[in-house]
Amino acid sequence: MFYREAGDFKTSYQDDNQTFPIKFDRYRYYFMLFVAFAIIPFMINDYWVNAVFLPFLIYAIAAIGLNILTGYCGQVSLGTGGFMAVGAYAVYKLMTMFPEVSVLIHIVLAGVITAGVGVLFGLPSLRIKGFYLAVATLAAQFFLVWLFNRVPWFYNYSASGQISAPERTFLGEPITGPATEAWAAYLVCLVFVTLSAIVARNLTRGSLGRKWMAIRDMDIAAEIIGVNPLGAKLSAFAISSFFVGLSGALFFAVYLGAVEVGEVFGINKSFLVLFMIIIGGLGSIFGSFAGAAFLVLLPVFLKNVLVGGLGWPTDLAAHLEFMIVGGLIIVFLIAEPHGLAQLWRVTKEKLRLWPFPH
Amino acid sequence: MLDQEQGYVTADGRQIGGTVMDMRNITLRFGGVTAIKDISFDIREGEIRAIIGPNGAGKSSMLNVISGFYVPQEGQVYFRGEKRAPMRPYEVARQGIARTFQNIALFEGMSVLDNVMTGRLTQMKAGILSQALWRGKAEKEEVENREICEKVIDFLEIQHIRKTPVARLPYGLKKRVELARALASEPKLLLLDEPMAGMNVEEKEDMSRFILDVNDEFGTTIALIEHDMGVVMDLSDRVVVMDYGRKIGDGTPEEVRNNQEVIDAYLGVSHD
Repeated sequence: MFYREAGDFKTSYQDDNQTFPIKFDRYRYYFMLFVAFAIIPFMINDYWVNAVFLPFLIYAIAAIGLNILTGYCGQVSLGTGGFMAVGAYAVYKLMTMFPEVSVLIHIVLAGVITAGVGVLFGLPSLRIKGFYLAVATLAAQFFLVWLFNRVPWFYNYSASGQISAPERTFLGEPITGPATEAWAAYLVCLVFVTLSAIVARNLTRGSLGRKWMAIRDMDIAAEIIGVNPLGAKLSAFAISSFFVGLSGALFFAVYLGAVEVGEVFGINKSFLVLFMIIIGGLGSIFGSFAGAAFLVLLPVFLKNVLVGGLGWPTDLAAHLEFMIVGGLIIVFLIAEPHGLAQLWRVTKEKLRLWPFPH
Repeated sequence: MLDQEQGYVTADGRQIGGTVMDMRNITLRFGGVTAIKDISFDIREGEIRAIIGPNGAGKSSMLNVISGFYVPQEGQVYFRGEKRAPMRPYEVARQGIARTFQNIALFEGMSVLDNVMTGRLTQMKAGILSQALWRGKAEKEEVENREICEKVIDFLEIQHIRKTPVARLPYGLKKRVELARALASEPKLLLLDEPMAGMNVEEKEDMSRFILDVNDEFGTTIALIEHDMGVVMDLSDRVVVMDYGRKIGDGTPEEVRNNQEVIDAYLGVSHD
């Protein structure tokens, strides 16, 4: 009924190239942005921010990053946790070394540093593919965690081996450290998510994105039409790692505040983000958000229903949660391998004709 | 009829220009197997050049040498008068050589339009910042190249499937999309590896028409491999015949048809 392209004629290629070519979609997007920026900050409390919004937003950035590498360029990576750790430790070192520079700049720089590390660990992708590359990135995961554990310089020789974010302000309002208000942390993450999504979308619809997808779909044919595989793969690793590094930096500085690397950025993190993009949809920016929302909200939802609603013991609920999430992942892989994004696409296809399908 | 400097005039009266691609004494070995033995031939500006031969004759290997997949052990490749150093396929593509594959090599996860747009990748030079912001050069470039692609799409009559994912298309259309992708790069030399393999008569006629039109309207030089003799003899201006990695014939379709060695290779010869 609302979701129509009929009568919405495009008269220039610019119009045809826009992200939301359908009017209804476009307005929905503006509306979402308005709600996220102008309404939610006034309504949320600590619980909502810490349990739902911050993890969702930060994981969305990580999922966008991994989706660029795996979903768009076809290079499977199990090193996401390690690269997030690079972002976290990079922002920590920058914050403590240059306290006078704004932390927002540090967060972006942490992404740039992670991009460099990502390129380094992406080099094997020129020779190896598929499972073997996944194992190589797994090596990155373990090596990076080991490195941050073992070299005291990274955690400034603190006795506990932890890193904790000092307080930094932006426009007089603390955005890192224990004094941070919930809405401030939320807004910082929201700004980063919005910019990341726009940049990722622009990159994937342009010539760079086509290079990545060409490499993903058929690397030999890509080379024959003039794509340099070295450049395409390494740029995917760089940009993917940039976003993953951003998310790692935000995860540490804005969300957790204090981090022990093995616990927070372990192999579990890599798998969690990988599940997010598989459930959300490979090769889709929207899918990154959907997957992140699903895997962040589901445990919260289950916990509220099982413990809060039914009054079950917490440990039983926690175990059940594992089983339900695991089962759902299997169901998704069998029933809809293209993830939530595909479901959404199908829904939209149907909505175009609804309520008169003929 | 054949003049090294001046080119020649075809049977249907088209003027063929000088040499675009010159293969000199090419030998290609895989371990102990010699796929191509000391073959020389040239491809001239504006002509349709066919490479034919029985299975395993080394035709596809020859095409792979031209497009840079294989580096011959002996011999030189001259492209537009310059000797070509051994280079990677993507560097060959940037010189203006495009090709299609025997078994379609499209990007299945992308739409037809995106597939055709990949043909323009060598021409798109916008920096990463411009692309990230979708401002300035990136946006301008996208529109300019889109126009070129739309021309090719119109030309090959695939407007109606522009936004369809390639994976959903039938075989014949995929072949056409692959041709569109190669054409979008505005190649100086277009290589077609069995453009009509697995097609029915109607599709073959369509494809033949497109190949002739491409040659006619854009003046594209075309080298093709094909098994359908009728098609080859009708389409091509000159034919190279290969058998067991050797060149056994070279000339106009008429000359090749009457070449005793070629007849032997195709029909067999009694060993008594």
